[in-house]
Amino acid sequence: MAPPKLRLATCSLAGCFGCHMSFLDMDEKLFELVERVEFDRSPFTDIKHCGPCDVGLVEGGVCNAENVHVLQEFRRNCRVLVAVGACAITGGIPALRNNVDLWDCFQEVYHYGVGVERGQIPNDPELPLPFDKVHPIYEVVRIDYFLPGCPPPAEAFFRLLSDLAAGRRPELPAGAIRYD
Amino acid sequence: MTQTFLLDGREVPFRDGQTIMEAAAAAGVYIPHLCHHPEFKPHGSCKLCTVDIDGRRGAACTNRAVAGVRVQSETAELNADRLTLVQMLFVEGNHICPSCEKSGNCQLQAVAYRLGMTTPHFSHFYPLRDVDASHPDVLLERNRCILCELCVRASRDADGKNVFAVGGRGIRARLIVNAASGRLADTDLAADDRAVQVCPTGALLRKRQGFAVPIGRRLFDLQPIDAVGPGQESGGEG
Repeated sequence: MAPPKLRLATCSLAGCFGCHMSFLDMDEKLFELVERVEFDRSPFTDIKHCGPCDVGLVEGGVCNAENVHVLQEFRRNCRVLVAVGACAITGGIPALRNNVDLWDCFQEVYHYGVGVERGQIPNDPELPLPFDKVHPIYEVVRIDYFLPGCPPPAEAFFRLLSDLAAGRRPELPAGAIRYD
Repeated sequence: MTQTFLLDGREVPFRDGQTIMEAAAAAGVYIPHLCHHPEFKPHGSCKLCTVDIDGRRGAACTNRAVAGVRVQSETAELNADRLTLVQMLFVEGNHICPSCEKSGNCQLQAVAYRLGMTTPHFSHFYPLRDVDASHPDVLLERNRCILCELCVRASRDADGKNVFAVGGRGIRARLIVNAASGRLADTDLAADDRAVQVCPTGALLRKRQGFAVPIGRRLFDLQPIDAVGPGQESGGEG
């Protein structure tokens, strides 16, 4: 009998979904991967909440209250949690706003930005509360492994999941560490 | 007779007065470093080149080679400490590689690659630091400054201009510009000054050539930092 499949959840917090795109970039290796992996909560499945999983891949840093709730849900449910990409690991491009006062930032985007007319700062109660600074996810929950890169190459995703499916400790190949 | 010392078990020749770093470089052995550059007086501040010299630790760039001593550099313990130092440099500043023109030509990044850094590990400071874009040809991006003082030394000793200094102490230390206004535009700094070229990170950049060489084809995209010759690490224009 084939070994049970690795149950995998993925999400993008304060990220650009570039890491998810890079994941899909493994092209025909996806066929090999679905033999060993099945998806739980993920933008690929549109499942909204996470059940118990073997592995969680988190793209993006933490920039608002909802990000923290999602991240905590992943930590509660995933045996192994992996920080994927520059934003999850350092805050990345969204953290460039950490040098700007949040109010000034909103004013610029929603009032004074190029092409903005009759602007207003969104305040719908459904919108998550933004934080004054963006943080990497390891500053909020415990993280087991880190996959650096902007984005990490498809090969790195494949290798990470292959290693975890085979019960091996994931190792990045030499020369595979890149921050850009 | 040539004098030698042992570096990680290998016999390395040296001349009187040479530092461990200089002798190692001449023998083609890489010792991790950031504030060292063979053209300039050793500074001994980044501590990455710390080696074990007969059981005592010291900076390879400031300790003279002595005949017969046993020097250890590539040990798991020393590299773990180097990794921690580099991680602290990353969280102390605002080093956001995907947005940096110097990415791929950056020595901080390249040393971190070599030490296997996958995460900065510590909590980020996200400090508020000033950017000085006043100069027509040079950008001073203090968010990326690691206070190695290479620009201070190069401007003073090679360019004869004394444009830079480090002001403040401890966590408040910062790169300052020697002008009444504090602005780079009010100095005699020129774009082809050594001070601009030796910056190991993206703190001092020539304007209008940020992406002349695309990401992926830069110095440390093509080879690891230990394969790049001494003094050549800052060769890549960001």
